[in-house]
Amino acid sequence: MADIITTKDPSIEVLPNLDSTAQLLDVRDLHVEFRTQAGVAHAVRGVNLTLNPGETLAVLGESGCGKSVTAQAIMGILDTPPGYVTKGEVLYRGVDLLKLSERERRRVRGNRIAMIFQDALSALNPVFSVGFQLAEQFRVHRGLSRAEARKRAIEQLDLVKIPAARQRINDYPHQFSGGMRQRVMIAMALALDPEILIADEPTTALDVTVQAQIMRLLAELQAERNMGLILITHDMGVVADVADRISVMYAGRVVEEAPVHDIYSRPAHPYTKALLESIPRVDLKGQELKVIKGLPPNLMAIPPGCAFSPRCPMAQDECRRDPLPPNYEVEPGRHSACHFWRDVVRD
Amino acid sequence: MSDTALAPSSTALNGENGKVDKPRSLFSDAMRDLRRRPVFWIGLAVVLLVVLMAAFPSLFTSADPRHCVLARQHEPPSGVAYFGYDFQGCDVFARAVHGARTSLVVGFIGVAVATVLALVIGMTAGYFGGWIDSLLSRIIDIVLGVPFLLAGVVLATRLSQGGRSTNVVPVILVLGLLGWTTAARVIRSSVIAAKNQDYVTAARMLGASSARIIWRHILPNALAPTVVVLTIALGGFITTEATLSFLGVGLRDPAISWGIDISNATRYIRLAFLPLFAPASFLAITVLGFIMLGDAIRDAFDPKLR
Amino acid sequence: MSRYIARRLLQMVATFIGTTFIVYALMFAYTNDPLQALAGERPVTEAQRRVMTERYHLDEPFLVQYGYYMKGLVTGDFGQSLTGREISEMLATAWPVTAKLALLAICFVIIFGVSGGVVAGLRRGGFFDTASLGLTLIFISVPIIVIAPLAQYLFGVKWHLFPITTGANPSFHALLLPAMVLGALSLATNMRLTRTSVAENLRADYVRTARAKGLSRRRVVGIHVVRNSMIPVVTSIGVDLGTLMGGAIVTEGVFNIPGVGFNLLRGIRTEDGPVVVGFVSVLVMVYLITSLVVDLLYAVLDPRIRYE
Repeated sequence: MADIITTKDPSIEVLPNLDSTAQLLDVRDLHVEFRTQAGVAHAVRGVNLTLNPGETLAVLGESGCGKSVTAQAIMGILDTPPGYVTKGEVLYRGVDLLKLSERERRRVRGNRIAMIFQDALSALNPVFSVGFQLAEQFRVHRGLSRAEARKRAIEQLDLVKIPAARQRINDYPHQFSGGMRQRVMIAMALALDPEILIADEPTTALDVTVQAQIMRLLAELQAERNMGLILITHDMGVVADVADRISVMYAGRVVEEAPVHDIYSRPAHPYTKALLESIPRVDLKGQELKVIKGLPPNLMAIPPGCAFSPRCPMAQDECRRDPLPPNYEVEPGRHSACHFWRDVVRD
Repeated sequence: MSDTALAPSSTALNGENGKVDKPRSLFSDAMRDLRRRPVFWIGLAVVLLVVLMAAFPSLFTSADPRHCVLARQHEPPSGVAYFGYDFQGCDVFARAVHGARTSLVVGFIGVAVATVLALVIGMTAGYFGGWIDSLLSRIIDIVLGVPFLLAGVVLATRLSQGGRSTNVVPVILVLGLLGWTTAARVIRSSVIAAKNQDYVTAARMLGASSARIIWRHILPNALAPTVVVLTIALGGFITTEATLSFLGVGLRDPAISWGIDISNATRYIRLAFLPLFAPASFLAITVLGFIMLGDAIRDAFDPKLR
Repeated sequence: MSRYIARRLLQMVATFIGTTFIVYALMFAYTNDPLQALAGERPVTEAQRRVMTERYHLDEPFLVQYGYYMKGLVTGDFGQSLTGREISEMLATAWPVTAKLALLAICFVIIFGVSGGVVAGLRRGGFFDTASLGLTLIFISVPIIVIAPLAQYLFGVKWHLFPITTGANPSFHALLLPAMVLGALSLATNMRLTRTSVAENLRADYVRTARAKGLSRRRVVGIHVVRNSMIPVVTSIGVDLGTLMGGAIVTEGVFNIPGVGFNLLRGIRTEDGPVVVGFVSVLVMVYLITSLVVDLLYAVLDPRIRYE
């Protein structure tokens, strides 16, 4: 387990009361809402996540289920207004990030917990060279000189296997291909050796072959550093190779959480089951594609009870009433937010 | 073959196809949006007021703007002359009211001339492309090579040599001949964009002639941005006419123009303020009205702001 | 890039020739009595006729005359005005004044317009933003022939803050009011442009990345956002330099500033053909050069634009 105090540059101390024995990341009962003129949208309604060093947690769900918002709340980069964290804790090594001052949070952000985004072309500043944007991390967080920072930046590019790093350090983002750009983003995120990396749909905008390369790179880097990785995606195919555990989200809640193999072999929630069934499979050629009927609920007017009930083939009256289904324990380390998870597992 | 299937987005201002049931989404959306904007209503109110003033000046003043008695020079306002008299003894308010007609007539006709030029040149350049486009774009660059006012001043001088000073034609020509460039560029871009649409290719393959394609498919697309540009340009044209007259190269005595009045009043500014204030504020409010109207229309029709 | 510059220079030359030809033609061609056109309203004697015919090559075809004129232009010989003054000398005296005025105006635009726009863009919907939107609308709409005399009246005649007219060699203080008037339109336009640019860039993805990197808001806005926002603004200000030259005619007229615009206007009023053509040619050249510089600046500021 990475010793955060000794292996990092001691010239910039981080947070004094980090507990190296506490859980790496523990998100408890997180609630996020967006207050707009049209109403209040409840984007995150009681999300729990945990992460250990060296572990990859995949957060899976449709667009709008709240996975990105959760990530942004963890990082502290929610647009406020209109977004507000109304409840919950985000414990990083025992310290609740939500209770820190903005200044203290900034010391963690990018430094101990980093994030990469979907479209590297728009996520990188188009008017600054890649070297500038990389070196910025070293200069701002570590106080390195321009020359030193530039040297470290070149090292970072090498690390993510960008050829001719010394020349390319002066290039601009638009001069790189899509896959290369994503590598640059990864280099930038890992510059300060964070303990946690959140990857928000890192490969969605890339070609399939490039996707595989990037995922492999992430896996290598993660293993080298024993880093925790949260992988946010809606693509179930990508997840199977890479993740250790999966949290499936729907309408702002985690509906199922399990080790990766269990989810694929025996899903414990109707939504997970429906997702799996909707993946096109070669051996089912000629049959109709299965879709999940209906649409996700309007976050400003979520029906009572289980949010999936309008679309669920197994829904009963109990499902449509409050209280919301709690996190039933299917097995140790496995949860499902369905009253009838036993029936789902049995099929 | 009906045009419904071929023209999904050319619904903007395609009023003449009343019999075909097209989804008039952009237009009706925009109209509804327009009604909700206070800027639109204020601008419209001002514009209508000025148009009224131009059409029926006798509704506002019964005094004769040309009846100037030197003895009354710079007299202060009274119940008869709301803004007093200017350096020649003319009724300031009467002159300002009658000046509206001049400004609007010159402005509208100038816009008409500019529109025709812009449409012809912009659509030709956009539709035919190639060397025609290069040549026309080069011409546009040359016309734009001189700042508008500079060119206007030179052109106006030349055109009005010969002393027919009440004739508004030179000024209108200046506005039309120099003011078409921006609109032409806008039209050219929308033509190029429309030209590349699939439904145009389809129409051509079905044997539609160039003229028909331009009239039916391309023109409607170019219309919306053109209307926006020209409404705003109208305010600019009114300003330009006033400026040219102010400089002495536009309209001259005995024409009645706000620009002339402002110029005269500036010379005597230490003696009287109202002869400046009246035409100046009339001009400013008129231009403001048109610009507000144009702004509101542009914002309402801009799909990006939805 | 150098190929682009070479091509632009060629275009510039072509545009310059085209524009000066048109101006020249406007002033001199198709008149029944070209000599009379040259002389303006004054009567011409036989002796003068002979001299002028020789001097201006009037017995030669029009295009040849134009050729002679262009040759003169290129060598710096702008000829003489109808009052006998060397035009190049007139230009030399008039330019510094106008240059000072224009630069002062641009300073106003940058200091108040751009920074105001940044503040408005950062606090969209706030009081400052709404107020500035209203104010700039007025300055954009109200013509300069209204603003100039009104400003002159309020600040000069009524409140005695500035001199009403400037003299032959205007002081810095005397140029302040005309510069503010001249720059008013540009200030308003660029404040709006800056505001929109900043507001748009604040919502950009790279801002989210910058925040995720743990950068302070001051750095995110002051370095990342501003650098991107300035691109359209810088080019817009460069373009405004051209429109300023048009406005200068009015401003210099109202405040009696003996600059290029003032002289040009007098030349127009007295139908002094050589002066008009000479001054306009120089102004066109300045405008074209600023356009080129602005385009090049755009390429420098935005690395995505690299001309071929």
